Amino acid sequence: MSAVAPSASPRVLPAQPHRSRRPPVRTVYRWELRKLVSQKRTYLGFGLAILLPVIFVVSQLIRGHPPRGADSIFASEIFQSGLATPVLMLTFLAPFFLPMIAALVAGDIVAAEDNNGTLKTILTRSVDRGQVFAAKVLAAVTYAAAAVYLSAIVATVAGVGAWGFHSVRTFSGSVVSAPKALLLIFAANACFLIPLLTIACIGVLLSTVTRNSAAAIVGTLGVTLVLAIVQQIPGLEGLHPYLLTTQYFAWQGLLRTPTDWSPIVHSLWLCALYAVPSLIAGWLVFLRRDVAGG
Amino acid sequence: MSAEAPPVRARGLVKRYDEVLAVDHVDLEVRSGDVYGFLGPNGAGKTTTLRMALGLIVPTEGHVQLFGRDPMKEGARALQGVAGFVEAPRFYPYLSAGKNLELLAALDGDSAAGRIEEVLEIVELSDRVRHRVGGYSHGMRQRLGIAAALLRRPSLLILDEPATGLDPAGMRDMRELIRRLAGEGITVLLSSHQLPEVQELCDRVAIVDSGRVVYEGAMADLRRQGGAGYRLRTTDDSRALALAAEHEGLSSLQRDEHGISLQADERHLAELTVALGRAGVGVLALTPELATLEYLFFRLTEDGGHPAHEHALAAEADGRLVGSS
Repeated sequence: MSAVAPSASPRVLPAQPHRSRRPPVRTVYRWELRKLVSQKRTYLGFGLAILLPVIFVVSQLIRGHPPRGADSIFASEIFQSGLATPVLMLTFLAPFFLPMIAALVAGDIVAAEDNNGTLKTILTRSVDRGQVFAAKVLAAVTYAAAAVYLSAIVATVAGVGAWGFHSVRTFSGSVVSAPKALLLIFAANACFLIPLLTIACIGVLLSTVTRNSAAAIVGTLGVTLVLAIVQQIPGLEGLHPYLLTTQYFAWQGLLRTPTDWSPIVHSLWLCALYAVPSLIAGWLVFLRRDVAGG
Repeated sequence: MSAEAPPVRARGLVKRYDEVLAVDHVDLEVRSGDVYGFLGPNGAGKTTTLRMALGLIVPTEGHVQLFGRDPMKEGARALQGVAGFVEAPRFYPYLSAGKNLELLAALDGDSAAGRIEEVLEIVELSDRVRHRVGGYSHGMRQRLGIAAALLRRPSLLILDEPATGLDPAGMRDMRELIRRLAGEGITVLLSSHQLPEVQELCDRVAIVDSGRVVYEGAMADLRRQGGAGYRLRTTDDSRALALAAEHEGLSSLQRDEHGISLQADERHLAELTVALGRAGVGVLALTPELATLEYLFFRLTEDGGHPAHEHALAAEADGRLVGSS
């Protein structure tokens, strides 16, 4: 087959001189999402986010009774109301599993394109580097948020399907109606997004700096693990309020009566201290880096 | 876009990687309408220079401007009217060719999407538009790279080894396309290892070696610098050589199986042909011999040049030139 067909088109040169208009960030972001949707890896994370709640509900149905001596009030509540399931799942998945899903995409989103050489392809079009970086950060946090809510929706549907749509007892022992509990579950997941999106920002930074997907993903998880280990070391209790991993459970303040906003507000500013420098550093590196891959 | 500014102007361009000086104070100027050949051995710094031109890597020193705009200072705005690729064009393997071009058109932020069908037709990929690029051959990706570049309706096209991996027919068609684009007023900066291709297509050329530009200028000037000579074939070459040796104004006389090579101005050459006729030696052919790009390339990029080697190269390359003309 020949390379090109010189005679296929009578004219290649434009009639008018080309003046490209810079597209908005939302256009770049939309294409980042389309790229994610087209990759199998995306569905691996989503698949796991769906699978674990289903496994949990099925295993509890087979078991037939709540765990004895469960330290979480929701563990003893799961047979009373299906709405206890998403709360319990969030408690289980928050420390490692959901950060891992966030890291899977965030750690890969810049490095993979650098290695494949597609970064140079998009950076020689009409978009600025800052726009590409912003779109990638937005895509990474969108993916993390989607995984959290997908897991929550599956857990809610499976739990309600198994044990019904009933009122539940909160951490304070008070009972809330089923519709209010549903609203609180949605809000609790939103609160959990604060530290999770911070993890995604750290992942994008490592992806930009290391140019290596595996190193960035493992590095992001490493940050979580190191902080979790620090949390377990006796004598370092004074650090706990400032650890990112402590913020994974700030959402529990919503499930108290009255609502305890202090851990949520603390989580907001503390996570900003982790996320904003990560984003600024990643952005600066991305703006000035040599794109030599591919 | 500045009306007077040349499509590409590099001044004192340097790129250093730790101890390695990849590009060493390169000055280049690609003028509007040029088909500009950018030549050099592997590792000479061609691709690094092109990457700096497209704003992909940051120069250690110096600057490069496209139509008067510096990609390091003006970002994507400096690439307005510029398209092309460095090294192999890269695409998302999990997307189809059509989706890849849609993505790139979206990133160009204008009506480029409306030209996708047209550019795919130009590169003969219309029937593979729905196929994933991951399944494409190298040659097909090269063609898709050209299509992606044409989407931008460029005034300056930067092509890094566009014929690499193409079959002979593909290479011929690529040459035709480049010639056609140039004919329509698009300035082309062509990095290539295909010396006959560059000789055939380019009117100006830069040769780089070890990061430095060893020649920049018109192709014709370069070939003239190689020395103009003539090749003579007669009915009796040994007698013709003896007569020529007695003649004034002739130099570099040499005889081989193809005849006699010599250097002379036109007046002394005319006197020689008259003398040969008087001596009863028939002139079968008298052809001008310009140095080929290949010969000059090796002379400029190999250490000091080796006269015997140069002569062999010149003879070999000359044969190819005659054959291709």
